[in-house]
Amino acid sequence: MNNQPPAWGGLPRAYMTPGTSSFAQFLSGQAPDLLPGHHAAATAGLAEQVRHGTTIVAATYPGGVVMAGDRRATMGNVIAQRDIEKVFPADDYSCVAMAGAAGLGVEMIRLFQTELEHYEKIEGSTLSLDGKANRLAGLLRTNLSMAMQGLAVVPLFAGYDHYTEQGRIFSYDVTGGRYEEHAFYAVGSGSVFARGALKKLYRDDLAESDCVTATIQALYDAADDDSATGGPDLTRRIFPVVAVVTTDGYRRIPDADISEIADRIVSARMERPDGPAAPLT
Amino acid sequence: MSIPFYVSPEQLMKDRADFARKGIARGRGLVVVQYADGIAFVSENLHRTLHKISELYDRIAFAAVGRYNEYENLRIAGVRLADMRGYSYDRRDVTGRGLANAYAQTLGTIFSSGAEKPYEVEIFVAEVGDLQSDDQIYRLTYQGSVADEHGYAVMGGSTERVEAYLNDNYREGLDFDEAVRLGVIALGHDNEVERSIPAEEVEAAVLDRSRNQQRKFRRLSVADVQRALDSGEPEPEPAEESSATSDAGSASASDAADGDDASE
Repeated sequence: MNNQPPAWGGLPRAYMTPGTSSFAQFLSGQAPDLLPGHHAAATAGLAEQVRHGTTIVAATYPGGVVMAGDRRATMGNVIAQRDIEKVFPADDYSCVAMAGAAGLGVEMIRLFQTELEHYEKIEGSTLSLDGKANRLAGLLRTNLSMAMQGLAVVPLFAGYDHYTEQGRIFSYDVTGGRYEEHAFYAVGSGSVFARGALKKLYRDDLAESDCVTATIQALYDAADDDSATGGPDLTRRIFPVVAVVTTDGYRRIPDADISEIADRIVSARMERPDGPAAPLT
Repeated sequence: MSIPFYVSPEQLMKDRADFARKGIARGRGLVVVQYADGIAFVSENLHRTLHKISELYDRIAFAAVGRYNEYENLRIAGVRLADMRGYSYDRRDVTGRGLANAYAQTLGTIFSSGAEKPYEVEIFVAEVGDLQSDDQIYRLTYQGSVADEHGYAVMGGSTERVEAYLNDNYREGLDFDEAVRLGVIALGHDNEVERSIPAEEVEAAVLDRSRNQQRKFRRLSVADVQRALDSGEPEPEPAEESSATSDAGSASASDAADGDDASE
């Protein structure tokens, strides 16, 4: 193996060889066993035995983009975790979240974060937002064999583009297909319901706080109709993880603010369980 | 048939050391100064994009003098090693000591192997801790020796005068502006005639423990350096009364323009 220290001592030769700025590429040469999805030996039925993350939503507003994820992980019919976190900063100006096989997804996000930071340190400049989105697609493609066996990971990527001066959202499929979404999007088991809710709630001139509220409303609707999505847990005070990315960078909304919004939403739903009504025409 | 000349190992190593030392001394100097909130790196660098100081990991920075292609090579190897460790273990498991050791092994092997020429570089690997007492600064030389530095350290160029200046003017618990200013002024003392180095020709960065982000490394802009230079008296002459100078420093910081005029 060429990742062993060479006979001449010191850093392995490959470390000193000029070339790639990509950590994933370096890793696949030096320690391929560390790549997510390397052990592609999943058998049928394994999908029932691993944790699955559920619903993620993202929406843009003038000045940035909001991403929110519920806190539930399921394993078949069992709620495996009530406070899982699925939304992460990818770097200073973008965030990433995943639905699907949680173990693989978290590993892939870790690799993606390292990939962006590695590039930034080696090159002394950051990748463009499109460049970051494409790198994530590349990483996803390496997981295709796992996806075919039922362990799919579906990420959602969003960030602030300093070039076009707006928040942007990218969705993916298991083959690494990369699609830019406009206005809002959702992935995961409850995504259909979340998207339906956002269709009625979303406007393109929402303020940041209203946009945050809209995404939490959408997650409520997803949890309302999808058994695998967790709603606001009022007894344990567990609420969605919400991040915003603006020209100033990534910021996670404090739990205290989210719990306040969630309390307001829940008390309004006490009056009208289906949530705010949209005008008919 | 020609008989190869016998060269004693002592002579061979001495020649190689002289060669490396000469190469390093040709470059411009670089100083590291510990201050209350972290570690500041200051160097004279006319190239704005060819950095001598860079980030290795969350709390660890790299600074080098000498031949650019050689230290750039070592820097990239360090970034790869740090990221590989952080990815396969945990971010906290990447340490300055581990990186310093890897560099020491590498430089040592290159120095003593007959085939390659020694690297003409000198490196600092510094790690900022939660407290000033946890800060670590390692100096690595061309032959792979490691030294632990405290307070301040100098490398490249003519170090003796710069070192002497720092020895006279360094004190513990400097603030950010004072540390950067001290570094820039010290670098100007590399000759008998002292020079004042303009902010545009200074490359500076800090490892700042007070930063909220996980990554503590921050590169300073020209404006940052200028602000630090303006914040104090340009001529720190009365060095015997430390309380008096710090009073004067804070007074002129409030209105820097007035302070500059008054000192003429």
